[in-house]
Amino acid sequence: MITFRLNTHSGVPPYLQIVQQVKQALQVGILEPGDQLPTVKEVVAHVAINPNTVFKAYRELDMLGLVEGRTGSGTFVKQRPAGPSPEVQEALSQDLAGWIAKADKAGLDEEAIEALVRVALHKKQ
Amino acid sequence: MGKTAIQTKDLGKRYGSFWALQNCNISVPEGSVSALVGPNGAGKSTLLKLLTGLSTPSSGESLVLGKAPRQHEDFLSDVGYLAQEIPLYKNLDTAEHVKMGRHLNKRFDEAFMRKRLDGLAIPLDRAVGKLSGGQRAQVALALALAKKPKLLLLDEPVAALDPLARHDFLSSLAQAVAEGGLTVVMSSHLLADLERVSDHAIVLAAGQTQLCDDIEVVLNEHKLLVGPREHGNDLGEGVTVIHATHTVKQSTLLVRMNKGAKPSPHWQKHEPNIEEIILAYMGQANEGGKK
Repeated sequence: MITFRLNTHSGVPPYLQIVQQVKQALQVGILEPGDQLPTVKEVVAHVAINPNTVFKAYRELDMLGLVEGRTGSGTFVKQRPAGPSPEVQEALSQDLAGWIAKADKAGLDEEAIEALVRVALHKKQ
Repeated sequence: MGKTAIQTKDLGKRYGSFWALQNCNISVPEGSVSALVGPNGAGKSTLLKLLTGLSTPSSGESLVLGKAPRQHEDFLSDVGYLAQEIPLYKNLDTAEHVKMGRHLNKRFDEAFMRKRLDGLAIPLDRAVGKLSGGQRAQVALALALAKKPKLLLLDEPVAALDPLARHDFLSSLAQAVAEGGLTVVMSSHLLADLERVSDHAIVLAAGQTQLCDDIEVVLNEHKLLVGPREHGNDLGEGVTVIHATHTVKQSTLLVRMNKGAKPSPHWQKHEPNIEEIILAYMGQANEGGKK
């Protein structure tokens, strides 16, 4: 089971934040097919948001084919979104941690590291 | 959401020669949580009292759950109202409030109320006057919810609560809405809570309705335009200025755009948040009043 958090200053609509958090949890393997999402009541009890927002997020995830609502028993994960498997993600993440350690050793601060990543991403396009 | 829980037409209330509320036209869909916002004295409490039938309109009319509001069991059994000052009997303890709720209401879910109070760890044997502000608000909300209303009207319920008590209160409210069949109208000054808890906004200012719509629609229709001041009059078709601020060279305009409207190319377009939009409406009414 996952819990959601809400950033009210991000400018991203609340329902979209929930959609993104479910997608991310699926990508990194925190959620797997067959897992149950928290019920709407559980979500609103935890983050104090409008239940219609949660319904909307779950409907959107259903439309994307990632989850399915089963009447009377809740919302369940159907499949992972397209993209590499959690194992591949994990390997990439470890590579990156290694690279960041190297940059850190070379004396780069967080801002400089982010700038490098951004430049590299930009070059690739 | 198809049906309408509240519909008002030119609703107004006059005290002596002073109109506390005028030409109020709102429509609230069933199942929504509406935030009623506006500066002090904008007529929020007046509107809520008119909707409960505690006060009679000086002009116009309203339909609440398909009926004209009046102080009668037929109407009141479906409506919950929590006044600003949280009216509870300070010398009675919580258990006695539960008992009172059971005796005064035709339909009262005592088990629900006890479960709620238990879940919130509120002592049943303590005089309500000796509870904390947050606990008192929770007791009042539990009472209002236990009568199983179809419409709940709350007048600044979280104004006096600390952040944690406020979160707990709003969470209790959201859970009740999640169970279905409940429409909520809640007045508040706390715009930050608004976007997460509500899906509908009603803005009152200077005794008039400035805005009443689905929050998502409001966000889509409003833009923040930034551009050189000399183009101030050249906005494009279907663009209405709600609020403008100017520096010597630059203008910042909060505008409402009709569907498909495009601002002229001098302007840089930004997405305002709901807080900025509501402040713009409140500011506009304020300036209008000064003129």
